[in-house]
Amino acid sequence: MYKFIWLVPLLPLAGAAINGIFGRWFGFSEKLIGGIAVGTVALAFLISLTAVYSYGFGGDAQWPKSYVTTQATFNWIPAGAVKQTLGYGEVTRVETGAASVSPRASLLNIEWSYQLDPLSSVFMLIVTGVGLCIFVFATGYMHGETGFYRFFAYMGLFMFSMLVLVMGSNFVMMFVGWEGVGLCSYLLIGYYFNRQEAANASRKAFITNRVGDFGFMLAIFGVIATFGSAQYTGVVTQAARYPIEALGHWGLMSWIALGLMIGACGKSAQFPLHVWLPDAMAGPTPVSALIHAATMVTAGLYMLTRTNVIFQHSKTMMLVVALVGAFTAIFAATIGITQNDIKKVLAYSTVSQLGFMFLACGVGAFVIGIFHVMTHAFFKALMFLGAGSVIHGMHHEQDMRKMGGLRKYMPYTYWTFLAGWLAICGIIPFSGFWSKDEILWNAASTTHIPFGWLVWLVGTIAATCTAFYMTRLVAMTFWGEERFRKAHQHSLEHEGDAIRKDHPTDKGHVHIPHESPKSMWVPLVALAILATVGGFVGISTAFTGGKEVGGRMNIVTWLNPVIWNPSTGDFGKAEEGKTGVIAFGEMSRAEAARVEENASHTGFNLAHAVESKVGSETATEWVFIIISLMVAGVGIGLGLLFYIKSPNLADVWAARLRPLYQASYNKYWIDEFFGWAITRRTMDLARGVFAFDSKVVDGAVNGSAWLTRLTSKVTGATDKYFVDGLVNAIADFVVRLMSPIVRAAQTGLTANYALVMVIGLLVAVAIYFIKIF
Amino acid sequence: MIFQEASRASTALESIKHPDLSKFLVIAAILFIIGVAGVLTRRNLLVIFMSIELILNAANLNFIAFSRYLQDTGRGDPMSGQIFTVFIIVVAAAEAAIGLGIVIALYRNRETIWVDQIDLMKW
Repeated sequence: MYKFIWLVPLLPLAGAAINGIFGRWFGFSEKLIGGIAVGTVALAFLISLTAVYSYGFGGDAQWPKSYVTTQATFNWIPAGAVKQTLGYGEVTRVETGAASVSPRASLLNIEWSYQLDPLSSVFMLIVTGVGLCIFVFATGYMHGETGFYRFFAYMGLFMFSMLVLVMGSNFVMMFVGWEGVGLCSYLLIGYYFNRQEAANASRKAFITNRVGDFGFMLAIFGVIATFGSAQYTGVVTQAARYPIEALGHWGLMSWIALGLMIGACGKSAQFPLHVWLPDAMAGPTPVSALIHAATMVTAGLYMLTRTNVIFQHSKTMMLVVALVGAFTAIFAATIGITQNDIKKVLAYSTVSQLGFMFLACGVGAFVIGIFHVMTHAFFKALMFLGAGSVIHGMHHEQDMRKMGGLRKYMPYTYWTFLAGWLAICGIIPFSGFWSKDEILWNAASTTHIPFGWLVWLVGTIAATCTAFYMTRLVAMTFWGEERFRKAHQHSLEHEGDAIRKDHPTDKGHVHIPHESPKSMWVPLVALAILATVGGFVGISTAFTGGKEVGGRMNIVTWLNPVIWNPSTGDFGKAEEGKTGVIAFGEMSRAEAARVEENASHTGFNLAHAVESKVGSETATEWVFIIISLMVAGVGIGLGLLFYIKSPNLADVWAARLRPLYQASYNKYWIDEFFGWAITRRTMDLARGVFAFDSKVVDGAVNGSAWLTRLTSKVTGATDKYFVDGLVNAIADFVVRLMSPIVRAAQTGLTANYALVMVIGLLVAVAIYFIKIF
Repeated sequence: MIFQEASRASTALESIKHPDLSKFLVIAAILFIIGVAGVLTRRNLLVIFMSIELILNAANLNFIAFSRYLQDTGRGDPMSGQIFTVFIIVVAAAEAAIGLGIVIALYRNRETIWVDQIDLMKW
């Protein structure tokens, strides 16, 4: 069954093509458009499900080997022989001493083929599964919008691009998908293109992503130049033989990893390239759920995990990834505390959670990062769709200050939202708990990078903030006073076309919220179930007595074969009794040992410190589980205190911590800073260049034009008076001289002309005779 | 005497059978000269036409003569010259018809066919 995976990206593309090309032409009804879109995605999901099942569990299971579709006839870019310009010519295995020569030139044939391996299968299921829920939701949410067909065409195209991204078997295909999702993101953020805010946001997202793509492209070039291949299978096995670059050593792997990290920062909205994601909320809410929470923004994590062998060869970049992730996590979480737009809060929450995932990758727990991608896809898609349901029920009102008490009016939305809330706060046994706790535990116990304790501390504080602002969101939306009863002005900027049609002249009245239709709450229920139980696939070893249970159903076991293990120099988890086989270039064994010692010495390790106090590792893990539950409890408790128990407390503290509040409320003025430092400077530069162009370049052009006109005037005058005068004078002279003679010949008498002819004839004859004699 | 007579008669017969080319050419040249002189000196348009006919007939005579000559000497196609002549006669007839038409039209407009009075082409 896994041989049919090529159908998975193709189906949504076909749906998108049908909707996009014929939807408007033939005036498809909403039911038909929605049916085509949902049907293709559902089919893709079913195929993915059966494919992953037969890949991992079926009779002919390939797991953990990666299965690449064979498309020998379709060499997408047959580049022929390329020379590897970077990299080592010779890499010796320390253990055996035998030199394995890496080819200096190789055939670069970039295929269009799909790869099914533990990593891509997880992403396939997330993209198609969560995507299906969101597609179903969108058929309800987008009801009545003009351009319904356009929306689903873009969404289908997005599904295709995302699936190419995660299923492609090489870096170039990943890049194609990468750009494809970027394009669809742009199109969908700007779905309400007649609103300035949305149009600006779409441009901002696109341009910010360009910065990341630039790094990604450089990294791809670096990969091809180093390994002579773009195929993952070829690259990772080669990269595994390279020496590990110690902290502060900028070798080949570090530079490639840096490029990849820049790309990941752009796509996954990490500081400082996070600015586009909150603005991207100008798009319709299903878009925010699908693209800007569940799937597209996790592409960076996919890339990081896909290239984990490269990252793990660079201690420096691992630290950078961890620190960027930790900083983004707390940075975005603190902004989320003060935002009033329900979607903005969720957007900053997404940025913060992506930070957690980067943090996990940075401390070497790539599997846990992907685990968090999965749980986050469940609960964040759920919350976004819940927010969409609220916005729908509130008649396109997004300001939480105008909500409150919605529990009574929107029961399905409320109860499902609660599941998402508990999951993101990290309450046992909801899915978010398992992944977030594992991240923090891995941060505390990491031996990959120094400053694990700092990363853990920052992550823990960010987790507290997360619990706080999410409680605030739930409290302001679903609990407390019913503030929507105050008549509200329709703010045109938050309105879809549907509302404008319903209330063309309305300027303000009370909307009683209503529960959303079935097509909207059924996906919510499905996602709520996943958000509740989805975490059990990665159940903490502390609960199972230190063992990983569930076989391949355990996500850690499932994903481990794609993770390179620096301690064994091989893929997958270290097996008992297997000694290290580490490639260390041309270094001597002693050097290698010293480097390894340096590499493993990562300073103060929090988990080890705790372990020395409490005894066993399992006990240590329990300590951290309790801490993470406690901080979640503290966050929720503070949220309840501030927004339920004594609602005026929030304002009091906002006034008391005014500078901090302002900083958070204004998103740390990052937008303003970028506006001043980059946008303004770019515009200044543009103005300068324009001035140069209009003054100097145009001046030169105009000057030469003026000069040409001047010379043409002079030559024109010369021609007119001198040359023409001369010609006329000569002509006049000739005419006056010759005309009487010539005129006399023209008598008008036929006989004269005939005589001339006869004379001519005689002359000709005479000449003939003269010639003869 | 009889021999002489006989030889003369045979010579005459011979000359009828194989006439001397130069005589025809001379006659044709005389005809041509007469025609040209007529074209140059006459002022009546009709007479000029007649003169032109003489020139054409001079040419015809030449064709016939040469045709016969070639036939006699066995050096060429005897028919081509005669065919040419037939063509020329046809063309001359057509030309005469058109020319007379022009003469009539001219007379109707200018009431004269004297060419020295028709000098519109003068500068």
